[in-house]
Amino acid sequence: MISIKDLSLAFPGERGPTTVLQDFDLTIGRGEFVAVVGASGVGKSTLLRVIAGLVRPQSGSVVSDQGPTPGRRPYALVFQDSRMLPWRRVVKNVEFGLEGLGLPKAEKRRRALDALALVGLKDKADRWPHQLSGGQRQRVAIARALAVDPDLLMMDEPFGALDAITRQTLQDELVDLWQRTGKTILFVTHDIDEAVYLADRVVLLAGSPAGVRSEDQVTTPRPRRRDDAQARATAAAIRDRLSDYVEQGAGI
Amino acid sequence: MPKPSQSKRLLLAFAGVAAFLLLWEAVPWFGLVRPILLPPPSAIPETFWREVQSGAWHTAVLSSLGHYLWGLFLGSFLGVALGVLAGMSRSLEDFTSWVVRLLRPIPGLAWVPFAIIWFGVTPSAAIFIIVVGVFWINFFAALGAVQAVDRDLIELADAFGHRGPVAKLFKVILPASVSPIMAGLRTGLGQAWMAVVAAELFGVPGLGQRMMQASSLLATDIVVVYMITMAVLYGIIDSTFVAVRDRLLRWKA
Ligand SMILES: Nc1ncnc2c1ncn2[C@@H]1O[C@H](COP(=O)(O)OP(=O)(O)O)[C@@H](O)[C@H]1O
Ligand SMILES: [Mg+2]
Repeated sequence: MISIKDLSLAFPGERGPTTVLQDFDLTIGRGEFVAVVGASGVGKSTLLRVIAGLVRPQSGSVVSDQGPTPGRRPYALVFQDSRMLPWRRVVKNVEFGLEGLGLPKAEKRRRALDALALVGLKDKADRWPHQLSGGQRQRVAIARALAVDPDLLMMDEPFGALDAITRQTLQDELVDLWQRTGKTILFVTHDIDEAVYLADRVVLLAGSPAGVRSEDQVTTPRPRRRDDAQARATAAAIRDRLSDYVEQGAGI
Repeated sequence: MPKPSQSKRLLLAFAGVAAFLLLWEAVPWFGLVRPILLPPPSAIPETFWREVQSGAWHTAVLSSLGHYLWGLFLGSFLGVALGVLAGMSRSLEDFTSWVVRLLRPIPGLAWVPFAIIWFGVTPSAAIFIIVVGVFWINFFAALGAVQAVDRDLIELADAFGHRGPVAKLFKVILPASVSPIMAGLRTGLGQAWMAVVAAELFGVPGLGQRMMQASSLLATDIVVVYMITMAVLYGIIDSTFVAVRDRLLRWKA
Protein backbone atom coordinates (compact mmCIF):
# COMPACT_ATOMS: atom_id res chain seq x y z
CA MET A 1 0.00 0.00 0.00
CA ILE A 2 1.19 3.50 -0.85
CA SER A 3 -0.17 6.42 1.15
CA ILE A 4 0.22 9.94 -0.16
CA LYS A 5 -0.84 12.46 2.46
CA ASP A 6 -1.44 16.22 2.28
CA LEU A 7 1.10 16.75 -0.45
CA SER A 8 1.76 20.38 -1.30
CA LEU A 9 4.27 21.65 -3.78
CA ALA A 10 5.18 25.12 -5.01
CA PHE A 11 7.70 26.19 -7.61
CA PRO A 12 9.63 29.37 -6.93
CA GLY A 13 8.79 32.03 -9.49
CA GLU A 14 9.80 35.61 -10.26
CA ARG A 15 6.65 36.94 -8.63
CA GLY A 16 6.73 34.63 -5.63
CA PRO A 17 6.12 30.89 -5.51
CA THR A 18 3.35 29.24 -7.54
CA THR A 19 1.57 26.45 -5.75
CA VAL A 20 0.98 23.60 -8.18
CA LEU A 21 -0.30 20.91 -5.82
CA GLN A 22 -2.14 21.46 -2.57
CA ASP A 23 -3.39 18.91 -0.04
CA PHE A 24 -3.12 16.03 -2.45
CA ASP A 25 -4.30 12.82 -0.79
CA LEU A 26 -4.33 9.37 -2.32
CA THR A 27 -4.03 5.83 -1.06
CA ILE A 28 -3.20 3.11 -3.54
CA GLY A 29 -3.78 -0.52 -2.58
CA ARG A 30 -1.22 -3.16 -3.42
CA GLY A 31 -1.82 -4.51 -6.92
CA GLU A 32 -4.23 -1.71 -7.75
CA PHE A 33 -4.28 0.09 -11.10
CA VAL A 34 -5.02 3.77 -10.51
CA ALA A 35 -5.24 6.39 -13.24
CA VAL A 36 -4.86 10.12 -12.66
CA VAL A 37 -6.49 12.30 -15.29
CA GLY A 38 -6.22 16.04 -15.66
CA ALA A 39 -5.78 18.80 -18.18
CA SER A 40 -2.32 19.44 -19.49
CA GLY A 41 -0.29 21.71 -17.24
CA VAL A 42 -2.35 20.88 -14.15
CA GLY A 43 0.52 19.16 -12.36
CA LYS A 44 0.33 15.47 -13.25
CA SER A 45 4.01 15.07 -14.07
CA THR A 46 4.92 17.14 -11.04
CA LEU A 47 2.89 14.77 -8.88
CA LEU A 48 4.83 11.76 -10.15
CA ARG A 49 8.13 13.59 -9.65
CA VAL A 50 7.23 14.30 -6.04
CA ILE A 51 6.20 10.70 -5.39
CA ALA A 52 9.43 9.44 -6.98
CA GLY A 53 11.41 11.77 -4.74
CA LEU A 54 12.81 13.85 -7.61
CA VAL A 55 11.28 17.02 -6.19
CA ARG A 56 10.93 17.72 -2.50
CA PRO A 57 7.41 18.77 -1.51
CA GLN A 58 6.78 21.74 0.79
CA SER A 59 4.71 19.48 2.98
CA GLY A 60 3.13 16.06 3.05
CA SER A 61 4.48 12.55 2.81
CA VAL A 62 4.66 9.51 0.58
CA VAL A 63 4.92 6.23 2.43
CA SER A 64 5.13 2.69 1.09
CA ASP A 65 4.28 -0.03 3.60
CA GLN A 66 6.73 -2.39 1.96
CA GLY A 67 9.78 -0.65 3.32
CA PRO A 68 13.20 -0.81 1.70
CA THR A 69 14.09 -4.17 0.17
CA PRO A 70 17.56 -5.04 -1.13
CA GLY A 71 17.82 -5.48 -4.88
CA ARG A 72 14.72 -3.41 -5.59
CA ARG A 73 13.75 0.22 -5.97
CA PRO A 74 10.56 1.54 -4.40
CA TYR A 75 9.50 3.62 -7.41
CA ALA A 76 10.02 3.41 -11.13
CA LEU A 77 8.95 5.78 -13.88
CA VAL A 78 7.98 5.42 -17.49
CA PHE A 79 7.98 8.73 -19.34
CA GLN A 80 6.08 9.89 -22.40
CA ASP A 81 9.25 9.76 -24.46
CA SER A 82 11.00 6.43 -24.08
CA ARG A 83 14.15 8.14 -22.77
CA MET A 84 16.49 5.50 -24.01
CA LEU A 85 20.20 6.02 -23.47
CA PRO A 86 21.19 5.81 -27.14
CA TRP A 87 24.74 4.63 -26.37
CA ARG A 88 23.52 1.52 -24.55
CA ARG A 89 22.16 -1.57 -26.18
CA VAL A 90 18.58 -2.47 -25.32
CA VAL A 91 19.49 -4.90 -22.55
CA LYS A 92 21.91 -2.39 -20.99
CA ASN A 93 19.16 0.21 -21.02
CA VAL A 94 17.01 -2.19 -19.05
CA GLU A 95 19.88 -2.79 -16.62
CA PHE A 96 20.19 0.95 -15.97
CA GLY A 97 18.04 0.94 -12.83
CA LEU A 98 19.63 -2.27 -11.53
CA GLU A 99 23.08 -0.72 -11.41
CA GLY A 100 24.09 0.56 -8.02
CA LEU A 101 21.95 -2.02 -6.20
CA GLY A 102 24.95 -4.25 -5.50
CA LEU A 103 23.69 -7.06 -7.71
CA PRO A 104 26.08 -9.52 -9.37
CA LYS A 105 26.49 -9.04 -13.11
CA ALA A 106 24.73 -12.28 -14.04
CA GLU A 107 21.78 -11.43 -11.81
CA LYS A 108 21.40 -8.01 -13.45
CA ARG A 109 21.48 -9.57 -16.89
CA ARG A 110 18.98 -12.24 -15.91
CA ARG A 111 16.52 -9.73 -14.48
CA ALA A 112 16.88 -7.45 -17.50
CA LEU A 113 16.24 -10.32 -19.89
CA ASP A 114 13.24 -11.46 -17.83
CA ALA A 115 11.80 -7.97 -17.99
CA LEU A 116 12.40 -7.84 -21.74
CA ALA A 117 10.68 -11.19 -22.09
CA LEU A 118 7.64 -9.76 -20.25
CA VAL A 119 7.28 -7.07 -22.91
CA GLY A 120 8.04 -9.54 -25.71
CA LEU A 121 11.37 -8.05 -26.74
CA LYS A 122 13.89 -10.57 -25.49
CA ASP A 123 15.08 -11.13 -29.06
CA LYS A 124 15.90 -7.42 -29.39
CA ALA A 125 18.24 -7.37 -26.35
CA ASP A 126 21.36 -6.69 -28.41
CA ARG A 127 19.91 -3.99 -30.63
CA TRP A 128 20.66 -0.30 -30.32
CA PRO A 129 17.65 1.83 -29.36
CA HIS A 130 17.64 3.61 -32.73
CA GLN A 131 17.02 0.25 -34.38
CA LEU A 132 13.62 -0.09 -32.67
CA SER A 133 10.24 1.38 -33.51
CA GLY A 134 8.61 3.94 -31.21
CA GLY A 135 6.31 1.31 -29.76
CA GLN A 136 9.21 -1.07 -29.14
CA ARG A 137 11.22 1.63 -27.41
CA GLN A 138 8.30 2.34 -25.12
CA ARG A 139 8.11 -1.37 -24.31
CA VAL A 140 11.80 -1.27 -23.41
CA ALA A 141 11.08 1.71 -21.13
CA ILE A 142 8.40 -0.39 -19.42
CA ALA A 143 10.82 -3.29 -19.10
CA ARG A 144 13.43 -0.96 -17.56
CA ALA A 145 10.88 0.10 -14.95
CA LEU A 146 9.72 -3.46 -14.26
CA ALA A 147 13.29 -4.72 -13.90
CA VAL A 148 13.79 -2.87 -10.61
CA ASP A 149 10.66 -4.60 -9.25
CA PRO A 150 9.16 -1.38 -7.87
CA ASP A 151 6.49 -1.15 -5.16
CA LEU A 152 4.83 1.42 -7.41
CA LEU A 153 5.15 1.64 -11.16
CA MET A 154 4.42 5.17 -12.32
CA MET A 155 3.66 5.99 -15.92
CA ASP A 156 3.48 9.55 -17.24
CA GLU A 157 1.31 9.60 -20.39
CA PRO A 158 3.38 6.65 -21.62
CA PHE A 159 1.41 6.12 -24.82
CA GLY A 160 0.77 9.78 -25.63
CA ALA A 161 3.40 9.97 -28.36
CA LEU A 162 2.37 6.77 -30.16
CA ASP A 163 0.05 6.32 -33.14
CA ALA A 164 -3.51 5.16 -32.37
CA ILE A 165 -3.01 1.52 -33.35
CA THR A 166 0.24 1.08 -31.45
CA ARG A 167 -1.32 2.85 -28.48
CA GLN A 168 -4.23 0.40 -28.32
CA THR A 169 -1.88 -2.57 -28.62
CA LEU A 170 0.30 -1.27 -25.80
CA GLN A 171 -2.72 -0.52 -23.61
CA ASP A 172 -3.84 -4.12 -23.90
CA GLU A 173 -0.32 -5.38 -23.31
CA LEU A 174 -0.06 -3.24 -20.21
CA VAL A 175 -3.25 -4.64 -18.70
CA ASP A 176 -1.99 -8.13 -19.46
CA LEU A 177 1.37 -7.33 -17.90
CA TRP A 178 -0.28 -5.90 -14.83
CA GLN A 179 -2.44 -8.99 -14.38
CA ARG A 180 0.56 -11.29 -14.74
CA THR A 181 2.91 -9.37 -12.45
CA GLY A 182 0.47 -8.01 -9.88
CA LYS A 183 2.30 -4.66 -9.89
CA THR A 184 0.76 -1.56 -8.37
CA ILE A 185 0.39 1.04 -11.12
CA LEU A 186 -0.18 4.78 -11.04
CA PHE A 187 -0.96 5.81 -14.59
CA VAL A 188 -1.14 9.48 -15.58
CA THR A 189 -2.97 10.60 -18.71
CA HIS A 190 -5.02 13.45 -20.12
CA ASP A 191 -7.06 10.90 -22.10
CA ILE A 192 -10.13 10.08 -19.99
CA ASP A 193 -11.17 7.17 -22.22
CA GLU A 194 -7.75 5.62 -21.81
CA ALA A 195 -7.94 6.01 -18.02
CA VAL A 196 -11.38 4.42 -17.83
CA TYR A 197 -10.37 1.58 -20.13
CA LEU A 198 -7.25 0.70 -18.15
CA ALA A 199 -7.76 1.48 -14.48
CA ASP A 200 -9.64 0.14 -11.47
CA ARG A 201 -10.02 3.67 -10.20
CA VAL A 202 -9.82 7.05 -11.93
CA VAL A 203 -8.71 10.08 -9.97
CA LEU A 204 -9.46 13.54 -11.32
CA LEU A 205 -6.69 16.05 -10.71
CA ALA A 206 -7.92 19.59 -11.27
CA GLY A 207 -7.97 23.13 -9.94
CA SER A 208 -5.23 25.60 -9.37
CA PRO A 209 -3.55 24.65 -7.14
CA ALA A 210 -4.50 21.12 -8.08
CA GLY A 211 -5.86 18.42 -5.82
CA VAL A 212 -7.97 15.28 -6.04
CA ARG A 213 -11.43 16.45 -7.21
CA SER A 214 -13.13 13.10 -7.67
CA GLU A 215 -12.52 9.37 -7.63
CA ASP A 216 -14.47 6.86 -9.70
CA GLN A 217 -14.29 3.10 -9.38
CA VAL A 218 -14.44 1.38 -12.72
CA THR A 219 -16.17 -1.90 -12.01
CA THR A 220 -16.40 -3.15 -15.59
CA PRO A 221 -15.03 -6.70 -15.53
CA ARG A 222 -11.95 -7.61 -17.50
CA PRO A 223 -11.24 -8.28 -20.29
CA ARG A 224 -12.93 -5.01 -21.16
CA ARG A 225 -14.41 -3.77 -24.38
CA ARG A 226 -13.54 -0.29 -25.57
CA ASP A 227 -17.21 0.51 -26.17
CA ASP A 228 -18.47 -0.72 -22.78
CA ALA A 229 -21.56 1.37 -21.89
CA GLN A 230 -20.86 1.67 -18.16
CA ALA A 231 -17.29 2.77 -18.77
CA ARG A 232 -18.50 5.34 -21.28
CA ALA A 233 -20.91 6.75 -18.74
CA THR A 234 -18.12 7.03 -16.18
CA ALA A 235 -15.90 8.77 -18.75
CA ALA A 236 -18.69 11.20 -19.63
CA ALA A 237 -19.23 12.07 -15.98
CA ILE A 238 -15.51 12.75 -15.44
CA ARG A 239 -15.41 14.84 -18.60
CA ASP A 240 -18.30 17.00 -17.31
CA ARG A 241 -16.60 17.57 -13.98
CA LEU A 242 -13.32 18.39 -15.69
CA SER A 243 -14.93 20.92 -18.02
CA ASP A 244 -16.46 22.66 -14.97
CA TYR A 245 -12.96 23.11 -13.59
CA VAL A 246 -11.61 24.26 -16.91
CA GLU A 247 -14.39 26.88 -17.19
CA GLN A 248 -13.79 28.05 -13.64
CA GLY A 249 -10.14 28.31 -14.35
CA ALA A 250 -10.64 30.04 -17.71
CA GLY A 251 -8.33 32.97 -18.05
CA ILE A 252 -5.43 31.32 -16.27
CA MET B 1 22.54 12.70 -57.88
CA PRO B 2 23.78 9.09 -58.12
CA LYS B 3 26.53 8.20 -55.69
CA PRO B 4 29.85 7.63 -57.49
CA SER B 5 31.25 4.16 -56.91
CA GLN B 6 33.98 3.55 -54.32
CA SER B 7 36.63 2.79 -56.94
CA LYS B 8 35.78 5.88 -58.94
CA ARG B 9 36.15 8.05 -55.85
CA LEU B 10 39.50 6.45 -55.04
CA LEU B 11 40.64 6.98 -58.60
CA LEU B 12 39.68 10.65 -58.45
CA ALA B 13 41.57 11.10 -55.19
CA PHE B 14 44.69 9.58 -56.75
CA ALA B 15 44.30 11.69 -59.87
CA GLY B 16 44.09 14.76 -57.63
CA VAL B 17 47.34 13.90 -55.85
CA ALA B 18 49.06 13.12 -59.16
CA ALA B 19 47.93 16.41 -60.70
CA PHE B 20 49.14 18.28 -57.64
CA LEU B 21 52.60 16.61 -57.78
CA LEU B 22 52.82 17.24 -61.52
CA LEU B 23 52.03 20.91 -61.17
CA TRP B 24 54.55 21.19 -58.36
CA GLU B 25 57.19 19.43 -60.47
CA ALA B 26 56.39 21.63 -63.47
CA VAL B 27 56.79 24.97 -61.73
CA PRO B 28 60.57 24.71 -61.04
CA TRP B 29 61.10 22.61 -64.20
CA PHE B 30 59.81 25.37 -66.45
CA GLY B 31 61.95 27.81 -64.54
CA LEU B 32 58.98 29.70 -63.16
CA VAL B 33 60.60 29.52 -59.72
CA ARG B 34 64.18 28.69 -58.88
CA PRO B 35 64.55 25.12 -57.53
CA ILE B 36 66.23 26.48 -54.41
CA LEU B 37 63.02 28.34 -53.58
CA LEU B 38 60.75 25.42 -54.47
CA PRO B 39 62.47 22.02 -54.65
CA PRO B 40 60.72 19.66 -57.10
CA PRO B 41 59.05 16.61 -55.56
CA SER B 42 61.36 14.30 -57.54
CA ALA B 43 64.26 15.57 -55.40
CA ILE B 44 62.56 14.74 -52.13
CA PRO B 45 63.08 10.92 -51.85
CA GLU B 46 66.84 11.31 -52.12
CA THR B 47 66.92 14.05 -49.49
CA PHE B 48 64.73 11.94 -47.26
CA TRP B 49 67.14 9.02 -47.57
CA ARG B 50 70.08 11.22 -46.64
CA GLU B 51 68.24 12.48 -43.56
CA VAL B 52 67.42 8.91 -42.53
CA GLN B 53 70.99 7.70 -43.03
CA SER B 54 72.51 10.52 -41.03
CA GLY B 55 70.13 9.65 -38.20
CA ALA B 56 68.77 13.20 -38.11
CA TRP B 57 65.33 12.07 -39.15
CA HIS B 58 64.91 9.48 -36.35
CA THR B 59 66.16 11.84 -33.70
CA ALA B 60 63.93 14.67 -34.81
CA VAL B 61 60.83 12.54 -35.26
CA LEU B 62 61.23 10.71 -31.95
CA SER B 63 61.80 13.83 -29.96
CA SER B 64 58.94 15.71 -31.65
CA LEU B 65 56.61 12.77 -31.17
CA GLY B 66 57.53 12.80 -27.51
CA HIS B 67 56.67 16.48 -27.19
CA TYR B 68 53.54 15.99 -29.23
CA LEU B 69 52.17 13.04 -27.30
CA TRP B 70 52.94 14.45 -23.87
CA GLY B 71 51.60 17.88 -24.71
CA LEU B 72 48.54 16.44 -26.37
CA PHE B 73 47.83 14.08 -23.51
CA LEU B 74 48.27 16.63 -20.74
CA GLY B 75 46.50 19.45 -22.57
CA SER B 76 43.58 17.27 -23.62
CA PHE B 77 43.23 15.65 -20.23
CA LEU B 78 43.34 18.92 -18.31
CA GLY B 79 41.07 20.64 -20.81
CA VAL B 80 38.45 17.89 -20.78
CA ALA B 81 38.61 17.39 -17.01
CA LEU B 82 38.25 21.08 -16.15
CA GLY B 83 35.69 21.61 -18.90
CA VAL B 84 33.55 18.77 -17.56
CA LEU B 85 33.82 20.06 -14.00
CA ALA B 86 32.90 23.60 -15.02
CA GLY B 87 30.05 22.18 -17.09
CA MET B 88 28.68 20.27 -14.12
CA SER B 89 28.96 23.03 -11.57
CA ARG B 90 27.29 26.34 -12.18
CA SER B 91 29.29 28.00 -9.41
CA LEU B 92 32.60 26.69 -10.74
CA GLU B 93 31.70 28.04 -14.15
CA ASP B 94 30.86 31.45 -12.69
CA PHE B 95 33.98 31.37 -10.52
CA THR B 96 36.25 30.74 -13.49
CA SER B 97 34.37 32.73 -16.11
CA TRP B 98 36.52 35.88 -15.98
CA VAL B 99 39.82 34.04 -15.60
CA VAL B 100 38.85 32.07 -18.69
CA ARG B 101 37.83 35.18 -20.57
CA LEU B 102 41.20 36.82 -19.86
CA LEU B 103 43.46 33.84 -20.53
CA ARG B 104 41.69 32.39 -23.53
CA PRO B 105 42.62 35.01 -26.17
CA ILE B 106 46.34 34.75 -25.38
CA PRO B 107 47.79 32.59 -28.17
CA GLY B 108 49.96 29.64 -27.18
CA LEU B 109 53.01 31.27 -28.78
CA ALA B 110 52.73 34.29 -26.51
CA TRP B 111 53.69 31.94 -23.69
CA VAL B 112 57.08 31.20 -25.24
CA PRO B 113 58.97 33.75 -23.11
CA PHE B 114 57.48 32.32 -19.94
CA ALA B 115 58.06 28.77 -21.13
CA ILE B 116 61.76 29.57 -21.54
CA ILE B 117 62.03 31.43 -18.26
CA TRP B 118 60.28 28.65 -16.33
CA PHE B 119 61.65 25.57 -18.07
CA GLY B 120 64.67 26.77 -20.05
CA VAL B 121 65.19 25.52 -23.60
CA THR B 122 64.04 22.01 -22.67
CA PRO B 123 61.44 19.49 -23.83
CA SER B 124 59.29 20.62 -20.90
CA ALA B 125 59.10 24.10 -22.41
CA ALA B 126 57.95 22.68 -25.74
CA ILE B 127 55.41 20.46 -24.00
CA PHE B 128 54.12 23.44 -22.06
CA ILE B 129 53.49 25.39 -25.28
CA ILE B 130 51.63 22.43 -26.75
CA VAL B 131 49.57 21.98 -23.61
CA VAL B 132 48.47 25.61 -23.80
CA GLY B 133 47.69 25.13 -27.48
CA VAL B 134 45.28 22.24 -27.00
CA PHE B 135 43.92 23.04 -23.55
CA TRP B 136 41.37 25.66 -24.55
CA ILE B 137 39.97 23.71 -27.48
CA ASN B 138 39.23 20.80 -25.19
CA PHE B 139 38.08 22.94 -22.29
CA PHE B 140 35.41 24.64 -24.37
CA ALA B 141 34.42 21.48 -26.21
CA ALA B 142 33.89 19.64 -22.91
CA LEU B 143 32.16 22.57 -21.22
CA GLY B 144 29.72 22.97 -24.10
CA ALA B 145 29.17 19.23 -24.38
CA VAL B 146 28.33 18.80 -20.72
CA GLN B 147 26.03 21.81 -20.66
CA ALA B 148 24.18 20.48 -23.69
CA VAL B 149 23.39 17.11 -22.11
CA ASP B 150 19.66 16.48 -22.32
CA ARG B 151 18.10 17.41 -18.94
CA ASP B 152 15.61 14.59 -19.43
CA LEU B 153 18.42 12.05 -19.30
CA ILE B 154 19.70 13.57 -16.06
CA GLU B 155 16.20 13.24 -14.68
CA LEU B 156 16.16 9.64 -15.84
CA ALA B 157 19.33 9.01 -13.85
CA ASP B 158 17.68 10.53 -10.78
CA ALA B 159 14.53 8.48 -11.30
CA PHE B 160 16.50 5.25 -11.45
CA GLY B 161 18.60 5.88 -8.39
CA HIS B 162 21.75 7.43 -9.84
CA ARG B 163 21.55 10.56 -7.74
CA GLY B 164 25.13 11.52 -6.87
CA PRO B 165 27.30 13.63 -9.17
CA VAL B 166 29.79 10.81 -9.73
CA ALA B 167 27.09 8.32 -10.72
CA LYS B 168 25.52 10.91 -13.02
CA LEU B 169 28.91 11.72 -14.54
CA PHE B 170 29.69 8.15 -15.51
CA LYS B 171 26.18 6.88 -16.26
CA VAL B 172 24.90 9.81 -18.31
CA ILE B 173 26.99 12.96 -18.63
CA LEU B 174 30.20 11.51 -20.03
CA PRO B 175 28.61 9.02 -22.45
CA ALA B 176 26.21 11.70 -23.65
CA SER B 177 29.11 14.11 -24.29
CA VAL B 178 31.48 11.69 -25.98
CA SER B 179 30.67 12.89 -29.47
CA PRO B 180 31.41 16.64 -29.04
CA ILE B 181 34.36 15.93 -26.72
CA MET B 182 35.81 13.68 -29.42
CA ALA B 183 35.39 16.50 -31.93
CA GLY B 184 37.41 18.75 -29.61
CA LEU B 185 40.10 16.12 -29.11
CA ARG B 186 40.40 15.73 -32.86
CA THR B 187 40.81 19.45 -33.45
CA GLY B 188 43.52 19.28 -30.79
CA LEU B 189 45.37 16.56 -32.73
CA GLY B 190 45.92 19.03 -35.56
CA GLN B 191 46.45 22.07 -33.39
CA ALA B 192 49.15 20.25 -31.42
CA TRP B 193 51.33 19.75 -34.53
CA MET B 194 51.32 23.48 -35.15
CA ALA B 195 52.31 23.99 -31.55
CA VAL B 196 55.10 21.38 -31.91
CA VAL B 197 56.73 23.29 -34.74
CA ALA B 198 56.29 26.63 -33.03
CA ALA B 199 57.61 25.31 -29.73
CA GLU B 200 60.72 23.80 -31.34
CA LEU B 201 61.55 26.87 -33.39
CA PHE B 202 63.20 28.42 -30.36
CA GLY B 203 65.70 25.60 -30.11
CA VAL B 204 64.22 22.53 -28.46
CA PRO B 205 65.41 19.59 -30.62
CA GLY B 206 62.84 18.11 -32.97
CA LEU B 207 61.24 18.56 -36.37
CA GLY B 208 60.71 22.27 -35.93
CA GLN B 209 64.29 22.91 -34.99
CA ARG B 210 65.59 20.78 -37.87
CA MET B 211 63.39 22.73 -40.28
CA MET B 212 64.69 25.98 -38.88
CA GLN B 213 68.34 24.88 -39.34
CA ALA B 214 67.62 23.73 -42.88
CA SER B 215 65.88 26.93 -43.88
CA SER B 216 68.73 29.08 -42.61
CA LEU B 217 70.99 27.07 -44.99
CA LEU B 218 68.38 27.46 -47.76
CA ALA B 219 68.12 23.64 -47.79
CA THR B 220 64.49 23.83 -48.81
CA ASP B 221 64.40 20.16 -49.83
CA ILE B 222 65.05 19.23 -46.19
CA VAL B 223 62.28 21.57 -45.09
CA VAL B 224 59.92 19.81 -47.46
CA VAL B 225 60.98 16.38 -46.12
CA TYR B 226 59.91 17.40 -42.64
CA MET B 227 56.72 19.04 -43.86
CA ILE B 228 55.78 15.75 -45.49
CA THR B 229 56.89 13.79 -42.43
CA MET B 230 54.56 15.87 -40.29
CA ALA B 231 51.69 15.52 -42.73
CA VAL B 232 52.10 11.74 -42.78
CA LEU B 233 52.39 11.48 -38.99
CA TYR B 234 49.28 13.61 -38.63
CA GLY B 235 47.47 11.47 -41.19
CA ILE B 236 48.32 8.27 -39.32
CA ILE B 237 47.37 9.67 -35.93
CA ASP B 238 44.17 11.25 -37.18
CA SER B 239 42.95 8.15 -38.98
CA THR B 240 43.74 5.99 -35.95
CA PHE B 241 41.78 8.43 -33.85
CA VAL B 242 38.83 8.34 -36.24
CA ALA B 243 38.83 4.54 -36.13
CA VAL B 244 38.75 4.56 -32.32
CA ARG B 245 36.07 7.25 -32.31
CA ASP B 246 33.84 5.38 -34.72
CA ARG B 247 34.13 2.32 -32.53
CA LEU B 248 33.13 4.34 -29.45
CA LEU B 249 30.26 5.97 -31.31
CA ARG B 250 28.99 2.88 -33.07
CA TRP B 251 25.64 3.30 -31.32
CA LYS B 252 24.98 6.20 -33.68
CA ALA B 253 23.03 5.30 -36.76
N1 LIG C 1 10.68 22.96 -12.78
C1 LIG C 1 9.60 23.77 -12.81
N2 LIG C 1 9.72 25.06 -12.40
C2 LIG C 1 8.65 25.88 -12.40
N3 LIG C 1 7.43 25.52 -12.79
C3 LIG C 1 7.24 24.25 -13.20
C4 LIG C 1 8.31 23.31 -13.23
N4 LIG C 1 7.83 22.13 -13.68
C5 LIG C 1 6.52 22.33 -13.94
N5 LIG C 1 6.16 23.60 -13.64
C6 LIG C 1 4.81 24.14 -13.74
O1 LIG C 1 3.95 23.34 -12.98
C7 LIG C 1 2.72 23.17 -13.64
C8 LIG C 1 2.42 21.70 -13.80
O2 LIG C 1 3.32 21.12 -14.74
P1 LIG C 1 3.26 19.57 -15.10
O3 LIG C 1 3.30 18.79 -13.82
O4 LIG C 1 4.31 19.30 -16.09
O5 LIG C 1 1.82 19.45 -15.76
P2 LIG C 1 1.18 18.19 -16.53
O6 LIG C 1 2.11 17.05 -16.44
O7 LIG C 1 -0.12 17.96 -15.83
O8 LIG C 1 0.94 18.65 -17.94
C9 LIG C 1 2.82 23.91 -14.97
O9 LIG C 1 2.17 25.14 -14.83
C10 LIG C 1 4.30 24.08 -15.17
O10 LIG C 1 4.55 25.28 -15.86
MG1 LIG D 1 3.12 16.05 -18.00
